[in-house]
Amino acid sequence: MSGGALSAEAAARGMPRASVGRLRSNADLIFAAIGLVALMIGVLTLTALIVDLAVRGLPRLDLQFLTSFPSRRPAQAGILSAWVGTALVMLVTAVVTIPLGIAAAIYLEEYAPKNRLTAVIEVNVSNLAGVPSIIYGLLALGLFVYLLGLGRSILTAGLTLALLVLPIIIVATREALRAVPPTVREAAYALGATRWRVIADHLLPYSSGGIATGVIIALSRAIGETAPLITIGALTFIAFLPAPPVRPEFPFVSFQWLFDPFTVLPIQMFNWVSRPGTDFLPNAAAAGLVLILMTIAMNLTAIYIRIRVRRKVKW
Amino acid sequence: MVNEAALRTPPPAVRAGVAASAAEAPAERRVKLRCRDFHFYYGAFHALKGINLAFEEGAVTALIGPSGCGKSTLLRSFNRMHDLYPGTRYEGEVLMEPYGVNIVDRRVDAMAVRMRIGMVFQKPNPFPKSIYENVAYGLRLRGERRRAALDEKVEAALRDAALWDEVKDRLREPGTALSGGQQQRLCIARAMATDPEVILFDEPTSALDPIATAKIEDLVQQLAGRVTVVIVTHNMQQAARVSQHTAFMYLGEVVEFGETGQIFTAPRIQQTQDYITGRFG
Repeated sequence: MSGGALSAEAAARGMPRASVGRLRSNADLIFAAIGLVALMIGVLTLTALIVDLAVRGLPRLDLQFLTSFPSRRPAQAGILSAWVGTALVMLVTAVVTIPLGIAAAIYLEEYAPKNRLTAVIEVNVSNLAGVPSIIYGLLALGLFVYLLGLGRSILTAGLTLALLVLPIIIVATREALRAVPPTVREAAYALGATRWRVIADHLLPYSSGGIATGVIIALSRAIGETAPLITIGALTFIAFLPAPPVRPEFPFVSFQWLFDPFTVLPIQMFNWVSRPGTDFLPNAAAAGLVLILMTIAMNLTAIYIRIRVRRKVKW
Repeated sequence: MVNEAALRTPPPAVRAGVAASAAEAPAERRVKLRCRDFHFYYGAFHALKGINLAFEEGAVTALIGPSGCGKSTLLRSFNRMHDLYPGTRYEGEVLMEPYGVNIVDRRVDAMAVRMRIGMVFQKPNPFPKSIYENVAYGLRLRGERRRAALDEKVEAALRDAALWDEVKDRLREPGTALSGGQQQRLCIARAMATDPEVILFDEPTSALDPIATAKIEDLVQQLAGRVTVVIVTHNMQQAARVSQHTAFMYLGEVVEFGETGQIFTAPRIQQTQDYITGRFG
């Protein structure tokens, strides 16, 4: 639009063509510059944040830090219970939310009749993704802790975070399913496949890259959540580990750990940061580094899956 | 449903016959599919208005007509593709011989219909799986697990589709890595592997270059006699080259149906004449 107006104006004034060209390429350059600045603001801020965290936390990050319980003395304090808690809560979250989210998305995308009820559900699933996490905490406190009596446990925390990120997985899975070309769907149906075979043999394998990305985004969101876990009553000082999942006597496995109290990395960080004085700040930075490393590890997994799927699935 | 094997009959030799009457093939020929006052609706839109057509067993029947005339809609009714989309409705009968099952009756299982009527689409649409798996998929759906049987049928289907020599050394490579023409022949092999009684071609060469098109046309002609073929095409020369019968459709109705030679040389109806000579459409 503006380019056309510009050249029309220029022609009216009898400007030579070359200068119109220069004006237009200038506009291009200006926009590119603005875009670059916008990008840099984002990237540099993030880099600065991570570098700052690394500079302050890295000296504190050692084996002792990873294998010690919290303590009153900063040099002896560690994040053993926190990272174990984070890992276990994430395990519960993943086990609950991945199958639920994918199944819900498949239902909405492939089975649900296109009527008003479905439309209402679809809008609300997207809306749920935007509900503040503390609301989920309140819901979980009432539902899981009091009504179902699950206590302030790893199970409650895992279920809470599972609910929190469920919409993210549903939305991402639906997008991934929709990206499968309708022609491929029709090809499978035309060979006599039932709906379930089309889903299991085609839609899910071809969309697994997109689904994996959604799952990782969801889990990355969950791993950093603090507010809903504080709401359900996660403790900030835990000097023991949950019950081990294996036992020497029959039946050899134990799910007692699900009902044990816990803490997680963000809460441990919050605890250290909110103390008076600066003694614990390196600890908080080190815990933050561990949290970021865990997130990066998850993202690398997603990238790996995506590359593998992309190599195999081409339209 | 009726046993699938019991429904199979040896295809008769294709005979070049005299012009058929407007709606029915002559009685001495075996009919495979018979439309009787068949209507189709997309929601409120009445897309097919009382189709009466008989498709001869083992012959190639071409459906021609301008865009939007309903030829693809008719073709996709035969394997119940419209079931996949909401708001569609069939009315009347499409009888599949020899048992006269009305395949557009919603009480007839669409999966069972598709098990016996294969389809090749406008745009080549191989699965993003290996060439072998593409061809074997229909067999796997039918419960075939024995490796030897799969190998044998995959090879036979690829030979039928004139693709075996080009791909026999790379059956594990993805089907999507083939050229467009090869992909379409792979899709034909995929449809043929399960030994269907009818194969539907929905403008199978509209996305292909002339050489690939010629190969597909050869294949269609070779299929005649073994399987009943219905082909939708925008290309008049193609219809003339590959088919024994041609139906000209316009605005959801069959205007004229007859032997291909007659339709293209001596159409009885002015509208057909106008269309095939390029005066409209």
